[in-house]
Amino acid sequence: MSVDKSDIEKIAHLARLQIDEADVADYTTHLANILDLVAQMNSVDTEHVTPMAHPMDAVQRLREDVVTETNQREHFQAIAPQVEDGLYLVPRVIE
Amino acid sequence: MEWETVIGLEIHTQLATRSKIFSGAATAYGAEPNTQACAVDLGLPGVLPVLNGEVVRMAIKFGLAIDAEITPLSVFARKNYFYPDLPKGYQISQFELPIVGKGQVTIELADGSSKVVGVTRAHLEEDAGKSLHEDFHGMTGIDLNRAGTPLLEIVSEPDMRSAQEAVAYMRKIHSIVRYIEISDGNMQEGSFRCDANVSVRPKGQKEFGTRAELKNINSFRFVEKAIELEVERQIDILESGGTVVQETRLYDANRNETRSMRSKEEAMDYRYFPDPDLLPVQVTDEDIEKVRQTLPELPDAKKARFVEDYSLSSEDAGILTASRELSIYFETVVEGCGEAKLAANWVMGELGGYLNRENLDIGNSPVSAEMLAGMLKRISDNTIYGKIAKEVFEAMWKGEGDADAIIDSKGLKQITDSGAIESLIDEVLANNPKQVEEYRGGKEKMLGFFVGQIMKATGGKANPGQVNQILKEKLKGG
Repeated sequence: MSVDKSDIEKIAHLARLQIDEADVADYTTHLANILDLVAQMNSVDTEHVTPMAHPMDAVQRLREDVVTETNQREHFQAIAPQVEDGLYLVPRVIE
Repeated sequence: MEWETVIGLEIHTQLATRSKIFSGAATAYGAEPNTQACAVDLGLPGVLPVLNGEVVRMAIKFGLAIDAEITPLSVFARKNYFYPDLPKGYQISQFELPIVGKGQVTIELADGSSKVVGVTRAHLEEDAGKSLHEDFHGMTGIDLNRAGTPLLEIVSEPDMRSAQEAVAYMRKIHSIVRYIEISDGNMQEGSFRCDANVSVRPKGQKEFGTRAELKNINSFRFVEKAIELEVERQIDILESGGTVVQETRLYDANRNETRSMRSKEEAMDYRYFPDPDLLPVQVTDEDIEKVRQTLPELPDAKKARFVEDYSLSSEDAGILTASRELSIYFETVVEGCGEAKLAANWVMGELGGYLNRENLDIGNSPVSAEMLAGMLKRISDNTIYGKIAKEVFEAMWKGEGDADAIIDSKGLKQITDSGAIESLIDEVLANNPKQVEEYRGGKEKMLGFFVGQIMKATGGKANPGQVNQILKEKLKGG
């Protein structure tokens, strides 16, 4: 499976990661190696194997529907870069 | 060319739990910003989601209500995207194995026919926060109270062929989620909203056309309008030789137009993968049976029963069962007064009109079902009749007491004493000899004039049927 520079750039953009131009070649090789391994595994016959939803052989435990959290806004907002009127302020986003 | 519209809806309904889907923060609407957003909702490092069991039961309940398969082992997945209203950088949703599989609902169309609309799936996910764009010195304000509120996303098959069908489907789902009490369905507060996938194709063509997705529509009226506008727009493009682009569009109610939000190609790359923080959710047959015990009578069954038990038309039964509250109100009135048809007329007519005018839900009606039943009893036993009843109803609406008290204090009791009515009629006839002559000369519409005079003289309290009858006899006899 081949991966090229533009794939790396796209993945980095989707993950909002800034990567060094000089590292792109390395990333390309590493990702290609991973995908090659996946391709190799793909060749295994799994027709009679039930797909596994999670590596742990257990099911989700459920919580009671009860409010257990109290208002800790002040506490949380103390570490926020900017707040106003109880809102977290972020660089303008508009569709 | 003749075009055919193809519509599929994705309905997001907020589940009426006390706490969030993955955290113990409250879900109450209208709290001060960020006072119901805990560390889990904020996506702070090191937190872990813990699934709310009530959410699972509610999803199962919906699945049973639409006759769907319930997935024995369903899986939560991460839907990755960056937007500050969901600070984790992903939304926890379900992708490959949603909790509710294929189901269906039946909708009634304007021409009286019905149609089955397929539900592809319904999955659980968390809602995002709210972004406020106004007035923060060029910045955006984020309120994360809604982040983590449980949603059930109900995805339909592309089975609808007109805006009206889409509205009928949306109403049906709305009615179901409220009947089974998994959501308050409050559209103003965003508890029930929908995205519509709309495309057109030449009639007879098998393949679907390219679709546009209309986002976040929160009223039945807007769904209809938005779809109609979008269909018009797409047909215009196709007829002038253009091609429709796959994109997300926003309906602007103020300008009555849809406009492009963003091109979907890149945004579509959500890179779903199973959420390693959550184990598969197991639903056993026993769980399903337990939930089944809690299912109330559903709208379709209730409607059929109303037609059968109360001899109502299918249309009237449909109106009276559209909401569970209304159907309960109606049945309470019937129980109280014993006359289903009369009850139906008043609930849909006078009461419906007042509620509409004042924009109230049946739950907020100042006239209770018991009060209305009390008044209808007075119609049945001839104490009052139609026109006076409206006066009594208005007084009840204004809080002047129950029907008997109002009839009493306002002296609205109908005059049924035929002696009294006869003497009144004699008087009217004596005072209008010319009109009497005209009537007897063949001008039969003069009858209305006499009835009018008598009703005026009694303040509307005479029984019109009785007046007519006695009047005719008297006029004949002279």
